[in-house]
Amino acid sequence: MQMTAEEKDTNKVAAPGGASREIFLPPERERVKDGGRPHVSAKNFSIFYGDFEAVKKVNADILSKYVTAIIGPSGCGKSTFLRAINRMNDLIPSCYTTGTLMFDGEDVYGRYTDEVQLRKKIGMVLQKPNPFPKSIFDNIAYGPRLHGVKDKKMLEEVVEKSLRKAALWDEVKDRLDRNALGLSGGQQQRLCVARTLAVEPEILLLDEPTSALDPKATAKIEDLIEELRGSYTILIVTHNMQQASRVSDYTMFYYEGDLVEYAPTKQLFTNPRDQVTEDYITGRFS
Amino acid sequence: MNKSNKQAGAGSSGTSRRERTIDIVNKRLEKRYRKEKRFRLYGMLSIIASVLFLAFLLTSIVSNGYSAFWQTYIKLDVQLDPDMIDKEDPGRSNYQGIIKQAIGAYYPEVKDRKERRELYSLFSSGAAFQLRDEVLKNPAVVGTTLSLWVLADDDVDMLMKGHIKRNVPENERRLNDKQLQWIAKLEAGKRIEERFNTTFFTAGDSREPELAGIWGAVKGSFYTMLVTLALSFPIGIAAAVYLEEFAPKNLATDFIEVNINNLAAVPSIVFGLLGLAVFLNFFGMPRSTPLVGGIVLMLMTLPTIIIASRAALKAVPPSIREAAFGVGSSKLQVVTSHVLPLALPGMLTGTIIGMAQALGETAPLLMIGMVAFIVDIPGGFTDPAAVMPVQIYLWADSPERAFVERTSAAIMVLLAFLISMNALAVVMRKRFERRW
Repeated sequence: MQMTAEEKDTNKVAAPGGASREIFLPPERERVKDGGRPHVSAKNFSIFYGDFEAVKKVNADILSKYVTAIIGPSGCGKSTFLRAINRMNDLIPSCYTTGTLMFDGEDVYGRYTDEVQLRKKIGMVLQKPNPFPKSIFDNIAYGPRLHGVKDKKMLEEVVEKSLRKAALWDEVKDRLDRNALGLSGGQQQRLCVARTLAVEPEILLLDEPTSALDPKATAKIEDLIEELRGSYTILIVTHNMQQASRVSDYTMFYYEGDLVEYAPTKQLFTNPRDQVTEDYITGRFS
Repeated sequence: MNKSNKQAGAGSSGTSRRERTIDIVNKRLEKRYRKEKRFRLYGMLSIIASVLFLAFLLTSIVSNGYSAFWQTYIKLDVQLDPDMIDKEDPGRSNYQGIIKQAIGAYYPEVKDRKERRELYSLFSSGAAFQLRDEVLKNPAVVGTTLSLWVLADDDVDMLMKGHIKRNVPENERRLNDKQLQWIAKLEAGKRIEERFNTTFFTAGDSREPELAGIWGAVKGSFYTMLVTLALSFPIGIAAAVYLEEFAPKNLATDFIEVNINNLAAVPSIVFGLLGLAVFLNFFGMPRSTPLVGGIVLMLMTLPTIIIASRAALKAVPPSIREAAFGVGSSKLQVVTSHVLPLALPGMLTGTIIGMAQALGETAPLLMIGMVAFIVDIPGGFTDPAAVMPVQIYLWADSPERAFVERTSAAIMVLLAFLISMNALAVVMRKRFERRW
């Protein structure tokens, strides 16, 4: 990835309200190589369901190769925002957007943008594990096959690589031909991650990936996110604030459709600028 | 609530009051259980009632129809005089005459012309054809005496099966006393017996009950269903998939949807009228053929298939779609590789329901000439044919007593056809489900 030295040093991130503030990288984590450029940037980006404005005029840059968490109470628009990035909201007929959302300098909602290609680059894992009712191998190989990989050996390589990345290889390597629905919930979720990784995306969108899992499986997913940090731009929507503070470098806080605060995670959790953020993270409402 | 009141109540009789609430709950509980019991009873009663009706229907059909699977045959010694057989074309000889001779030889005492006619009427007119087939099959029998089991007339058949009583006055039965004597002679000589009725399963329709069979109608139904299935399954599923997955939701598609739902409730004879007007009159397609019948039934079946298929598509969990979209499938890829295979069992069920409906349909076929009396067994899609329900209707309309049991037997065959169709669907559904 090409980028200027200036961008590497100070990451200018558009903060809510349009006022550009400088956010410095979290000091306690090492800086990610080649990371930190705006990968997805929203400008006055709003999402509507019919007349209802679910996300209101968001201005934000999501930095490449870092983990950004999105938190907020139910119905605040965090999932909607996440799903807007790979145009998953297109499946909802009444949903439309205003403003611009750029991905790698390309307008996501532009007239000539191909959403199929976009979704290949922006992978997604949903709240409930949703493996295809097929074998484990076919689950992972589905994406590459879709994009034209036919060679059996290459597919096998991709499957192994993806499963290793998702830390699932050792558990399933002997039963790749079994139905994926026979796996446990946590394994299924990691399978979904592996399936997404198999098409080699640039961005990974995780929509509450652990809310249907037990603590042990959750820990595994969190380890996985830590593992993937630095290789992919990761956006994770979560209800669990401890999780956000554990896994993310940056955190966005949404409240009633507004992006209230967007800051390095440490800063947001220790020294929130906004009163609503403070009330939320201290548990005054949820 | 008043705070002081509540405190006073709790202080004076806290425990007794709690017991009382439990009593109330218990009393209501009993009532609730009674209600549930009553509800179960109603459910059981309705099921028992429907099972009884079904059992009644089946027993009446089977008890009426099982005897049609047997047919009375009479053993006849036929002297095949070489002079009587046409040398050039043995098929054109006077076999009727040979049969009559053979009958006369067994009853030498019958001389009177009227009596002889009455005697001959005990034998089916099909006997001559049987003899002809026998000679054509094996020309070496010419010149010998052939011992042949020929079909008895339907009246004799009915007598043997007990549907014509021997002890009623002569003018109240279809066979007179002399005929009964002749039959008694056959019985004494062990020349009359009941055999399995192969004619019923191999012949087409006939005016003579003993020569009538269901095979023509079975084949007609088979060809008609084939046309219906071949047209309605792909069209129905394509329409359902397009409407459910691809079509924009606007006024036009809403209008189409309402119309499809309404079409499912249109009286079937209307489809027959449409078939008459469009396929026969406008396109000039052949009358009474499985091709036109199949197309008309396809029109009738389509709404059922489309509605059922759309329901099956709707039932596919959205998570599967999202997962497939999430890895970059195009819309068509999502549909063909995930949605369609998951919805297929439901679609098959809908198709089978539609086909079963079409199989039993007569009204739309009346209009396109499929109620005609058709003796020939159809050999293809453009041969005139009858279908099973029409055949049942035609036989039910015939006055001969022997057609009563044939009607019931044909209903049994129709039911067997239906059950085997359903069984096939279940097997197919199971197979598709297992693949997933």
